[in-house]
Amino acid sequence: MQFGIMSVSDITRDPVNDYTPSEAERIDNLTRIALKAEEVGLDVFAIGEHHNPPFFSSSPTTFLAHIAAQTRHLTVTTSTTLITTNDPVRIAEEYAMLQHLSKGRMDLMLGRGNTAPVYPWFGQDIRQGLPLALENYNLLHRLWREDVVDWEGNFRGPLQGFTSTPRPLDDVPPFVWHGSIRTPEIAEQAAFYGNGFFANHIFWPKEHTQRMVQFYRQRFEHYGHGSQNQAIVGLGGQTFIGKTSQEARDRFAPYFREAPVYGHGPSLEDFSSQTPLAVGSVQEVIDKTLSFREYVGDYQRQLFLIDHAGLPVEMVLEQLEYLGGEVVPVLRKETEARREPGVPDAPTHASLVKAKYGDAEPRQPRPNANRGDNVTGASPYQDSQGAEAVYPTL
Amino acid sequence: MTTTALRLVVISAGASDPSSTRMLADRTAQRAVALSRERGRDVELTVIEIRELLPELPQALSSQFMGPGFTKAIEALVEADGIIAATPVYKAAAAASFTGFFQVLDNDLLIGKPVVLAATAGTARHALVVDQEVRSLFAYLRALPVPTGLFAAPEDMSSTALTSRIDRAAKELTLLMESGFAKAVREDSWKSYSHEFGSAGGTEVSVDFESDLMRLATGGTLPRSGDA
Repeated sequence: MQFGIMSVSDITRDPVNDYTPSEAERIDNLTRIALKAEEVGLDVFAIGEHHNPPFFSSSPTTFLAHIAAQTRHLTVTTSTTLITTNDPVRIAEEYAMLQHLSKGRMDLMLGRGNTAPVYPWFGQDIRQGLPLALENYNLLHRLWREDVVDWEGNFRGPLQGFTSTPRPLDDVPPFVWHGSIRTPEIAEQAAFYGNGFFANHIFWPKEHTQRMVQFYRQRFEHYGHGSQNQAIVGLGGQTFIGKTSQEARDRFAPYFREAPVYGHGPSLEDFSSQTPLAVGSVQEVIDKTLSFREYVGDYQRQLFLIDHAGLPVEMVLEQLEYLGGEVVPVLRKETEARREPGVPDAPTHASLVKAKYGDAEPRQPRPNANRGDNVTGASPYQDSQGAEAVYPTL
Repeated sequence: MTTTALRLVVISAGASDPSSTRMLADRTAQRAVALSRERGRDVELTVIEIRELLPELPQALSSQFMGPGFTKAIEALVEADGIIAATPVYKAAAAASFTGFFQVLDNDLLIGKPVVLAATAGTARHALVVDQEVRSLFAYLRALPVPTGLFAAPEDMSSTALTSRIDRAAKELTLLMESGFAKAVREDSWKSYSHEFGSAGGTEVSVDFESDLMRLATGGTLPRSGDA
């Protein structure tokens, strides 16, 4: 099982000392946080995508490439990549590039984004958000699997003979997670393609997560990708760890009260008892996290949100020490001991290469020389199957 | 009484304990229970005091986050065969706590359920709030308000006219509960209303795999604009 952290990249005033970091500071701090995640032995670092202040992460692949370049084990991913307002062609290109640069230590999670004004900034309409997400992924899926794509849909211009470059590393597409809180169509799409399903699992009581994950598992099996317990499930979560439960609550409370998403609403006590939020001692956080599998089944990836709501970077780094040093080692051991037989790990580039090629050498696409038709693309690569362009000798 | 008991839920937004709003609701409930028993059906009564849920209302309004009290109230409403909804009138409108409570419920929670609408006020000048304001809220929720709305200003509390209106409303409610209308809607035409996954208090989990969006989710295409 993989454990990691996810950031939304919010730049929030620290309510305790009234300090608001600059964008430059927050970007540097999040780099430190990501590198620390590797240092303390976590598996995954995820960053969100936003196009308005107070967030900075408009360009997740740039940030993640920077992190991948400075790490050796960490898998970098998103939470989420906007499959609605991004052109799927650009997603195909940017994330394939990230895949090459990170040597396959990446995947991505797709989400719709719920900020209505963002859509028109990118020429889209939130009322079409769901069909847009579904259609865009259908295209993205093909762009990574077919050298030459002819395509036509409702939300972008048609493609004729289009080749998305670079081709995925080893010609194995990045693994994709589909994130959704309550939209069965998204879970259905994840199940149809045999992709992962990720439940936000932060704001709402566990019943919402349980319902969606169960639906996804049933459909995953329905489409013949394996049994229900072999479906690939990820969960969000939120934690703050202290020496004692009292210390954790006391230190986290001011940030909780002012948090942009739920501040000035439910009490920390209510929110802790009714949602997956885990604030407490090492043992309390371990116990609560272990309870997740009781209602979603064995799952592959757990991402914690630990750096939002104005928490200062030093506190976040300290949280990472707790997570990597004391919490995750126990969680690894306990989840491994409890896991049902036959439950797979989260796919990695290595496992996907193995699944596609066995012991054979992966395909390495080599472009044909520029013949003047490289933009109409009948056979872009030396090993392309399909119509060979024939040129008369003049 | 061999058949199962009917479930009646009283929702009162009265501000004090006891409140005249709760008293009006209770009088109606007692009549409905008595009438129902006379007709051979027992009634299980659940009372929701919105006043007691008030600490949970802000978070429910701001983030659709339902606390334990709201969760129990919703569970009761899921099972309800009939409802008596009573509110005080403030500033010529139903109490904010009353409209707030119903605004956070799933849109499809009360479809087809018979409801007696009741209001109390300090002056008869508020008399039309029940039929002009509260009734439209329940129309939006596609509940089934009974024909007789109840309104009581202080001078009505001891009038026999109010008693007969309570009788009338209770009778209408009893007959509608007995008819099983809401259950029949749920069984026969539930799909024709719009739902979200997990709505109707968590009970709506059916999925239409034949929809355009489901076809799109599974690698298909939407009908193109211009296609027949």
